[in-house]
Amino acid sequence: MYIYTDFDRNFLRARVAEFRDQVERRIDGSLTEDEFKPLRLMNGLYLQLHAYMLRVAIPYGSLRSAQMRKLAEIADRWDKGYGHFTTRQNIQFNWPKLSDVPDMLDALADVNMHAIQTSGNCIRNVTADHFAGATPDEVEDPRITAELIRQWSTDHPEFAYLPRKFKLAVTGTEEDRAVIRFHDIGIRVREQDGEVGYQIVIGGGLGRTPMIGKVVREFLPRADLFAYLEAILKVYNLSGRRDNKYKARIKILVHETGLEELKSRIETEFATQKRLLPDLNPEVVANVRASFVTPAFKDTDFDPNKAQSPALRAFLDTNARDHARADHASVTVSIKPIGGTPGDATSDQMRALADIAEAYGYDELRISHEQNVILPHVHRADLPAVYDALRAAGLATANVGLISDIIACPGMDYCALATARSIPIAQQIGEAFSDLDAQHDIGPLKIKISGCINACGHHHVGHIGILGLDRAGVENYQITLGGDGTEEAAVGTRTGPGFAYDEIVPAVERLIEAYLDQRLSPEETFLAAYRRLGLAPFKDALYGDAHAKAA
Amino acid sequence: MPRPFSPKVATTNHLIEGDVIYFTDPGWSREHTDAAVATTEEEANALLERASQEPHLTVGVYLADAALVDGRPIPTHFREEFRTRGPSNYFHGKQAD
Repeated sequence: MYIYTDFDRNFLRARVAEFRDQVERRIDGSLTEDEFKPLRLMNGLYLQLHAYMLRVAIPYGSLRSAQMRKLAEIADRWDKGYGHFTTRQNIQFNWPKLSDVPDMLDALADVNMHAIQTSGNCIRNVTADHFAGATPDEVEDPRITAELIRQWSTDHPEFAYLPRKFKLAVTGTEEDRAVIRFHDIGIRVREQDGEVGYQIVIGGGLGRTPMIGKVVREFLPRADLFAYLEAILKVYNLSGRRDNKYKARIKILVHETGLEELKSRIETEFATQKRLLPDLNPEVVANVRASFVTPAFKDTDFDPNKAQSPALRAFLDTNARDHARADHASVTVSIKPIGGTPGDATSDQMRALADIAEAYGYDELRISHEQNVILPHVHRADLPAVYDALRAAGLATANVGLISDIIACPGMDYCALATARSIPIAQQIGEAFSDLDAQHDIGPLKIKISGCINACGHHHVGHIGILGLDRAGVENYQITLGGDGTEEAAVGTRTGPGFAYDEIVPAVERLIEAYLDQRLSPEETFLAAYRRLGLAPFKDALYGDAHAKAA
Repeated sequence: MPRPFSPKVATTNHLIEGDVIYFTDPGWSREHTDAAVATTEEEANALLERASQEPHLTVGVYLADAALVDGRPIPTHFREEFRTRGPSNYFHGKQAD
């Protein structure tokens, strides 16, 4: 993990001191809310429905156990004993008091963490594949590039007031677990003729106008990374629309300008930047790379054929995956207990995760955009002990990738922007399919729920997407099918009219019945069946006779 | 015919605690049923004006629709109803106070 220098530490402390002063001046009346609001947002502090909310950045989702313990301490001391992991690999505290926030930020700074650029029209937390540095199929650890971008984008004076927020994601593999096709800029580390460089995708996004990102450079040499990113951001900063916030993201600029025209503007600006900026220094890259090398993997002897309990086997089949080293595995810890709130971990669970990471996981933890926690490196000999420790902490739910592993935004239980609740829908779907054997029979399935059109719950890329709306003062839920956030990127198609709060779970149950009836074999996933069959049989299942009559 | 005026209450979040408060004209309460009610457009504008006089205590005052039951205001929209209670996934917020 990247180690903070004195410069980084001093910068953080200075920012906290500055914000402490701003909070004091707001409370004593010297600053109005209009003056204060942009300042608190720059420090990750939102006002939600019932309270303030502090969003803390977890760069590329990587945490050390000491940081996880500090998050637990903050949850206990200044919040209500839990935190919410988000779809942007961040963590949110839902109940801080304004007067406590400077102390919370100081506590975060103790472990080199902060809430800077987690809000506002700036470059946000850079996300990356949550199996970075552990997955077998990787060109290079994408966190090296993500960290370089973090350093470049933090407090970048020119990009502090962009037309709208700006999100980057990096993956080091062909298989895309970082949803790069739905980011403002998506970056895939790739190799060409022995040289490491980047495929650059721009203009992807979810929200009210979902768009799949377009490749703007098939191969960008590494040396040109910042010159090229500067070029994209400069073009967007000048040409992106500021007249309408719903049309201000770069995806709209790409759409309205056309890829070829925008590409040529970016290339022209890039030529200028190449003259002004030095190439990315290989020594800088090497230093950053060195901070992501996992120290000495254990070489413990172990018997791979040793008998395992059925419960352990079931857990590992679902929640463990292959590691770059054959004698290790990556373990996904589901933060989706049946009937629980997706992404919420109690302070005790955070401490348990920290302990487990320290004892068996080389002190490393990751937060995934799917709101789970990952132990990226676990020696296979330690898997039984890890499982036992997770079970003791109530963290051994074996449902990763299954129907109850649901992404949900906070929705109208917390969010001021929401138009309907999302969490209770996720809870009820989990309960409706609580039997794990039945979940395994249904197989891989991604349900994603957003409580408003802004799509923090990624509903557009859910195999089953659910969008909660306010229809004439009543909660109403629209269903989309066939979305896919991976390298095969697809935006889901809306099935038709929405469903009332108490009708949406039965509607999902009918979709699952239709899939189970019509799949060719248990190997054909829901998504594959949908691609083969199209919308029609699922519409029939959802709307029945009413649909048949209308057709 | 113009639509009948829906009664209004003035509400906001407390500056420091961040929790939901209602204008009792004068003063503030954490209970919706204590809120002062405006029953005409003119009354509503005046209520909002008076409620906005304490920016050191509040964060963005606005008017919300309410219905009168036994002379006391209750929320009509589900969002305002949630604001009187707290989240549905935990027993936190007003419902626990």
